[in-house]
Formats: sequence, C-alpha cells, structure tokens
Amino acid sequence: MDNAIKTINLTKKFKDITAVEDLNVEIKQGEIFGLLGPNGAGKTTTISMLCTILKPTEGSAQVNGYDILKEPEKVRKSIGIVFQQPSVDDILTGLENLRLHAMWYGVPKETRKNRIDEVLELVGLQSRQNSLVKTYSGGMRRRLELARGLLHLPNVLFLDEPTLGLDPQTREHIWKYIEKMSREREMTIVLTTHYMEEADNLCDRVAIIDQGKIVVMDAPDSLKEKVGGDIVYLKTTAADTNKFKEIEEVSKIEKKDDCIILTVKNAGEHLQEILEISGKVERVEVRSASLEDVFINYTGKEIRAETGEGGIVQRIIKERTVR
Amino acid sequence: MSQAEAIYALWLREFKVFTREKSRIVSSIFTPMLWIFVFGGGLGSAINIGNVNYQIFIYPGILVMSVLFSSVFFGVYVIWDRKIDILKAILVAPLSRTTIFVGKVLGGCTDSMIQALIMLLVSFILGIYLTVSSFLLAITILFLLALSLVSTGLIIGSLMESPEGFNMIISFLIFPLFFFSGALFPIDNLPIWLSFITYINPVTYGVDALRMAIIGVSQFPLYVDLIVLTGFAVVMFTIGTRTFERMK
Ligand SMILES: Nc1ncnc2c1ncn2[C@@H]1O[C@H](COP(=O)(O)OP(=O)(O)OP(=O)(O)O)[C@@H](O)[C@H]1O
Ligand SMILES: [Mg+2]
Repeated sequence: MDNAIKTINLTKKFKDITAVEDLNVEIKQGEIFGLLGPNGAGKTTTISMLCTILKPTEGSAQVNGYDILKEPEKVRKSIGIVFQQPSVDDILTGLENLRLHAMWYGVPKETRKNRIDEVLELVGLQSRQNSLVKTYSGGMRRRLELARGLLHLPNVLFLDEPTLGLDPQTREHIWKYIEKMSREREMTIVLTTHYMEEADNLCDRVAIIDQGKIVVMDAPDSLKEKVGGDIVYLKTTAADTNKFKEIEEVSKIEKKDDCIILTVKNAGEHLQEILEISGKVERVEVRSASLEDVFINYTGKEIRAETGEGGIVQRIIKERTVR
Repeated sequence: MSQAEAIYALWLREFKVFTREKSRIVSSIFTPMLWIFVFGGGLGSAINIGNVNYQIFIYPGILVMSVLFSSVFFGVYVIWDRKIDILKAILVAPLSRTTIFVGKVLGGCTDSMIQALIMLLVSFILGIYLTVSSFLLAITILFLLALSLVSTGLIIGSLMESPEGFNMIISFLIFPLFFFSGALFPIDNLPIWLSFITYINPVTYGVDALRMAIIGVSQFPLYVDLIVLTGFAVVMFTIGTRTFERMK
C-alpha cells in the first residue's frame, strides 16, 4: 500500500465557519505526520472527519484504502484514536477500560492479556490498573487513553494533542514508543500538537494549518531551512535597521517595539559584524530557526504568546557593550 | 462472532456501572415501596376491588411502575455518556449502530429486571404465593415491558442534548403512561374518554397481564395482552435501531 491517507478537497463547514477548506493531503504508510496550528485552525475537525465521526460537507478521503463515506466501519476497524478530550470511563478501572476496548475492537482472546500488559507497562500504569479511573490524575488518564489507542495495533493512529499536560519524562517516553511503533510496525501516525519541539522531534512531515487551510507542508528540517537562517534578537533602541542590509547573509529584518529581529545565515559567524552595526545593545539572543519561526514566516502570526519556546538558545549575551 | 462479544462488552460496561452506583437501585425501589405500603396499605384497610384487597390489587401495577420508571430513565445515561465523551469512544469503535443499541438495551433491561426481581420478592410480604409458572409469566411480561420502555428511553436520550430536556420530556410521558394504565384502578367501568386513553396505552396491557399472572384477575384475555406487548416491543426496538443509526 502506498498511501495510508489521502484526502480530496476535504471540507467542513459549520454554519458560517469554514473549519476545514479544500484539504488535499497524502500521507504515506509508516509516516509520522504532524498537524500544527493555532487554536481553532481545524486540526480536530480534520481528524474527526478522517475517523468518520464527522461527515465532510464537501470532498472525501481514504484511510487505509477505505472511503470514509462509503466504508466507515472498515475505516474505524483499521484506526486508533486518542481524542483531545479524555474519553475513558471514570467509573471503571483502567484495566476494565482496556478489556472492554479489546473486545470492541475484536482483539483475539489469546493475545488480549499480553497486549494489555504491554500497553500498561508502556504508560507506566500497571500498579494502578485496578483503581477506578476517577481516582487517576489528569496525566494518568491521558496515558490510559494512549494505551487504549495503541491496544489493537491499528494501521493508522490519530493522536489529538497526545502529550498535552504530561510531564517531560512521560512525554519523552511516549515519543519513543510512537517512533518505535512507526518504525517496527509501519504504523502511520497522524498527530496534532501545540508543542513545536514535539512536531520537530517526532514528525517526518509537518503541515502547518491556519484557518482551515494548509499554509505549508514539508519535513521539519526543510521547513526550517525555508526560513533562511538563524534568528538574532537585538534589544536596542539605537540601531538603524537599514544598515544590516550590508551583511549579505541577512535575509530578513524586522523591528518590533525595542527589538530588532534578524534572520541570518550562520548567525554565529556574523555576530561580530552585526553587533558592530547595532552599537550598544541591551541584550542579544541567537538561536536556530524553529517551527515557530516557520509559522510566523508563513502566517504573519505567532502560534501562541510565548515566542521562541522549543528553539535552541545558542548564546545569550546580556548587557554586552560593543565599542 | 466478534459482534456477540462486542455486545457482551457493551452490556458488561452498563452492568458494572449499575453495580457501582448503588444509589440508582435504592432510589428506584424506594418510590414503589411507598406506593405499595403507604398508599396501598392505607387505602387497602378500607377498600376492596371485587373481592381483592386494594393493596394486592395495585401491587402488579406498582411492579409495572417500577419497571416503567427505571427503564425509561435509563435513556438519560446516553446523554451523560455524550457529555463526558465516552459515547464518542464507543461510536468510533468498529461496532455497528445496531450492536451498540442492542448492548445498551440489554444493559437497561438488566437494571430494570434486577429491580423487578427485588419487587417480586415483596409478594411474600403481602402474602401472595406465586407458583413457578406464574413467576415465569410475570418475568416474561416485565421483560417485554422493559425491552419496549428501555428502547423508548434510549430513543429520547439519543435525540436530546441535555439531561434537563430529557427530564422534561420524560415527565410528560411517564406520568400519563402510569396514570392511564389501570395500575391504580380497575378499567372496566371508566368514562368513555378515560377508557379510550387507557386502551391505547400499551402499558395498560402490561398491567393487565401481570394482574392475571399474579392475582388471577384481568380485563383482556392473556393472549391479547401478550400480542400487544410483543408488538410494542418490536416497534420500539425497530425505531430505536433506526434512531441510533442516524445519531451523530
Ligand atoms: N461542532 C461545532 N460547531 C460549530 N463550530 C465548530 C464545531 N467544532 C468546531 N467548530 C469550529 O471549527 C473551527 C476549527 O475547530 P477545531 O476544533 O478543528 O480546531 P483545532 O485546530 O482542533 O483547535 P485546538 O487547537 O483549540 O484544539 C473553530 O473555529 C471551531 O469554533
Ligand atoms: Mg483540537
């Protein structure tokens, strides 16, 4: 099989809002594909259509070769999903939740116990498997949800904000398992996330979506390359921004409040020149381009308030004065 | 094959929830007990219907009432399931809507039948001695009723968005079904308008059949009651599967 998922002009309108517009994506078998976008971009709506919970208003899609409109039950059999909103049963224990799920998905009796033990171990819930879910913490519920999505070894796994609210160790643990699943079982994984580093670390390809449309789609590294270099922040009021054009490697100059933001190829090597032009600066920050910058570049907006999260801060020079 | 197991899993979920929410069973048995012992006991000390004591006369009617209330109310859990997103996890599983509906119906019937069994034990306190065959007949009648009424509740639950809306619809439905069923009075001598409403109410036939099974008096022949009850169950069950098919 070549494409695990293929959408054709997939569109969803809610009354006056177009949540998803003319989406055309092909996702290969075994690929880890990320949907990155701000709140309300249409990520959840896209996933809901692909797993047959919502009917598209126009267009269609195929998942594992099955049409989402004509063969919804076959689609559902071949996918797993972790919803953005928790959907595990509070009044049952973790183990009971998994057992019921295994029966709904027709996991054979012989392998059921092994699979359940395996996913419980993965998410580190063995010791709490016999407690009612209502006694779990938020993160534990999330982990149970993830265990459930993986239980029946689906061909395509949809993860809507899978690591939201998890602690860093668990997140990394889960990233590793997601990678393992994709590598060893050729499981196709479609995930949405707000965490830039998650998309960056994990995804083979990322689609940045905004207002229901794909703005750009590529491998994270290629996307970052498209930004055209590293990002240099200068906190200064003095400098004449036009003078930075003298440096050939500077591809973009932006002024924001009392900050100048430059996009510079191999910024580390040109810092001296930059600081000479800028004169006295209060603060300098250099980091390599992140998906955040890609996002800003293509949409003109920040994906969320805290800029720069996930970027690698190469060097911070505070209160440095250059002659 | 796996559909049977899926139905079992759906039923098991409902059953476990039921056994863990003890308040459900206590509250659903409390009201019928009040009716039998306070209302029935009070009026019964003064009134006989034919040659049957009033308390004994309404006992089958109150049995039907307990099944009626708990069965129809079961539909509200669909709304809660939707609210806490559990329904979404079930709808996205590879189960046909009919399977889901059957699982839910069986879950609801189990709840109602457990309550009915407890209520049937009250017959000993009232000094009614059921033979095995009348006991089995009573169970069959109550099950047919539960089947139709759980379906009814689920249909309403799947169409409503809020528990408040559900409760409003239900009070407009449940009380008429109860009061116009002959549960509390004999129906052979009613004014025309009252007897008309009573005759088109399917619950009437449940009360009538159960009175036949338990105390041996009835208005209609038993086979008529059973045909009406079976027809009612088939109709509601069919409408229920269709409604679930369309539920989003
Ligand atoms: N059931 C609905 N009825 C009406 N509008 C809806 C509905 N579901 C989603 N929308 C709208 O569609 C748009 C996309 O929503 P969606 O949930 O897909 O966003 P998202 O990218 O998942 O956002 P988030 O990051 O907050 O989860 C939003 O404008 C939202 O208000
Ligand atoms: Mg979302």
